[in-house]
Amino acid sequence: MALSSNDFTFLANFVKNTTAIVLTPDKDYLVESRLNPVARRVGATSITELVSKLRANPTINSEVGSMVAEAMTTNETYFFRDVKPFDVLKSELLPKVIERKGADRTLNIWSAACSSGQEAYSIAMVIKEHFPMLSNWRVRIVCTDISRAMVERTKEGIFSQIEINRGLPAPLLVKYFTKAGSEWKIKADLTSMVETSVMNLAGNWPMLPRMDIVFLRNVLIYFDLQTKRSILEKVNKVLVPGGALLLGGSETTMNVSNDFDRITTGSTFYYKSKGGPMPPAAPTQVTRTPYVAPRGSGY
Amino acid sequence: MALAMVIDDSSATRMILARILGELGYTVEKAENGADALHKLSKMSRPELILIDWNMPVMNGYEFLVKARSMPEYDDVTMMMVTTETEIEQVLKALEAGANEYVMKPFTKDIIDEKLSLLGLGAR
Repeated sequence: MALSSNDFTFLANFVKNTTAIVLTPDKDYLVESRLNPVARRVGATSITELVSKLRANPTINSEVGSMVAEAMTTNETYFFRDVKPFDVLKSELLPKVIERKGADRTLNIWSAACSSGQEAYSIAMVIKEHFPMLSNWRVRIVCTDISRAMVERTKEGIFSQIEINRGLPAPLLVKYFTKAGSEWKIKADLTSMVETSVMNLAGNWPMLPRMDIVFLRNVLIYFDLQTKRSILEKVNKVLVPGGALLLGGSETTMNVSNDFDRITTGSTFYYKSKGGPMPPAAPTQVTRTPYVAPRGSGY
Repeated sequence: MALAMVIDDSSATRMILARILGELGYTVEKAENGADALHKLSKMSRPELILIDWNMPVMNGYEFLVKARSMPEYDDVTMMMVTTETEIEQVLKALEAGANEYVMKPFTKDIIDEKLSLLGLGAR
């Protein structure tokens, strides 16, 4: 049965209030396709019945509410998605952090809206492959997502064959994964770099460590301007002064926040927090191990 | 247009991969097995990219890979396995023989495109 206008409006308001994701009326097909499986899981015979259950307890903390909110988030992701952000991470961002924090020896990176973890583990592989000097640093890759199921998946580090086919260079597959039946498990030295927690970007934020680099890619596009502003304001506070923010290719801070400078590097760009001048470089001399490119991809 | 070759004993797979590469801007030559590919390569311009199935009659993809990599004129050609072989030992064996990348069937256009982007060979 097609979704009634009344039910769509109720669902759109619920999703907006709980996740800040904006659902316009042309997204009715998306709502139906994503909520039909939820309806079956909770024993409802239709989305109309699912909406009735939700109306009885319209909070994200209810079983139905959390399932509806999770179903409406988009979990599209793959390893080394868009490639260029990881090129920038390798060639510019991590060398700068290493130069700046050689005495402190801590590195905090946030994969915000981490989905099933491919972005976080791509970051971990860049670090393992190219920055052996970080092996005696405290490296934290903080992964958060609104979906508990996605956070659990990130923590487990288990991927399907389709997922490991997407964007993951074969040399890294054989180096960092083991096959477990038809699935692939990422090795413990990478999962140990990753910390996971459930977090709603549009809600109250828990205490987070000061971040050197934030990956917030392909997330802001789902929010209205006010929510984007609020999130970027909080991201700027979480970043160290001069810290880097990476957005999706179609996203920008322009007309949303004045707290960032757009830095163009090669054929791509990132955003640098204006939070103040960069702290002076630590006196410790850091020597980078020469990197020899493998045959094949740059990772 | 950049030139590519697809080697697969399945005519359906050859057609699908050729269509994907065509959409990415390649002109595609097709071969039914490794021996057929070597024969056709000797009569055409050097391709930029070769997609190789593993299990084929006459000469399989691994044998083709070893043979092609022993020929200096194909040193710079990007070679990517596209195969049903999914064991990690097979992936490693192909990489050691000179494959630049490895795709496990089934595949989609996005998977092929993402792998080629990693190799600096996205849409031409």
